[in-house]
Amino acid sequence: MKIFFVLNDTHTIIDVDPDRRVVDILREDLQLTGTKEGCGSGECGACSILVDGESRLSCLMLAAQLEGKRVITVEGLSVGENMHPVQEAFVEHGAVQCGFCTPGMVMATVDLLNRNAEPTRSEIREAISGNLCRCTGYQKIVDAVEVAAKAMKNEELRMMGKDR
Amino acid sequence: MPAVPTSWSGSDLTSPVRRFAGSLICLERIDELKSIHEADGQIFIGSCVSHTKLMENLLIQKNFPLLIQAVKVLGSPPIRNMGTIGGNICTASPAGDTLPPLHTLGAIVEIRSIDSNRLVPLKGFIKGPGKTALQKSEIVYGVWINTNQDYNVCHYEKVGQRKALAIAIASFAALLKLSESGIIEKALFAWGSVAPVIVTSQEAEKMLIGKPLTAESLKSVVPLVEKAVSPIDDVRASAEYRRMVAGNLLFRLLQYGNHGST
Repeated sequence: MKIFFVLNDTHTIIDVDPDRRVVDILREDLQLTGTKEGCGSGECGACSILVDGESRLSCLMLAAQLEGKRVITVEGLSVGENMHPVQEAFVEHGAVQCGFCTPGMVMATVDLLNRNAEPTRSEIREAISGNLCRCTGYQKIVDAVEVAAKAMKNEELRMMGKDR
Repeated sequence: MPAVPTSWSGSDLTSPVRRFAGSLICLERIDELKSIHEADGQIFIGSCVSHTKLMENLLIQKNFPLLIQAVKVLGSPPIRNMGTIGGNICTASPAGDTLPPLHTLGAIVEIRSIDSNRLVPLKGFIKGPGKTALQKSEIVYGVWINTNQDYNVCHYEKVGQRKALAIAIASFAALLKLSESGIIEKALFAWGSVAPVIVTSQEAEKMLIGKPLTAESLKSVVPLVEKAVSPIDDVRASAEYRRMVAGNLLFRLLQYGNHGST
């Protein structure tokens, strides 16, 4: 089945069996191995991607469901060599240890900050509650999300200043 | 006409789908199945409304805060983005988080096929774990809930092993109508995860009518609740623990005891 969708801002056509899982298509066919598979049953969040701006689990999605959608994976966040502010904050603030949950955590964070630019710590915890991390104990991840929120807010203010 | 399994969003299908040979029909792009609207004193919730959309909907927030309380603790944010109310109903899990509130609210399931349309109360729709009244070539179109709900206290609580992504060990939904002096005028209860289907106890509900909302009143109906449930031992908890929790969850209602008296 031919499927047309937008992947990381690029029009993409794939010809795949419609019942293959999206995580397998991303990793095996498109070599986008940033998206991880942890549990394969929707309980760990490692395979989170954004579909039409909303976080979804690519292990619970079948290829046919991609048709016409706008998909962003962790690879689509950085611009050239420049990391996304959320990625930068994760690196700077020790939110990454083994790194396996990180792409999913980053996607959940981007989803949160798109909806809520100034989340409280409890809102952050709620937003990443579907993402399991077995290394950091979450504290540093929550710290990093707070820093990312501030950085994005400052960047926005700076851009608004430039416009004037 | 779907002669093959249908799915609302597919979020509970990908693990079994690898062993499933055949065709699947995904309903998630049918707009009328994603609608929430009010008609003739009832609110319709289309089967493909996601849990996130349900939580954000003002009609639901205003009319059925009980359902909002339950959906808020269902799965995790991405699960709530993907999972739907139709999926939660048709999965017919004893632990389904929307089921106890939908029971107490008296939800009616609208079932459609290409040439028929029938309405079945949720209570009769769910037959057992994974078993529903759905026939071949039928889909759940949505649920109807009466807006004329006569209560002033609502409570949903799930006891799980952790906060997020918890499958209920036991869950409890309650609607109460309390008089200004704190007398129970009406009570509706439903328990999840303590039997093959959602458990209700009209005996307990009736016995509480006319009584004050006190620990003593609630204590008097605990034996009825313990009799009504038929829990199992599983990886999450023992049957005995579930039975105890089902009864004890009643006492959470004490926090609403001062309602109307101040």
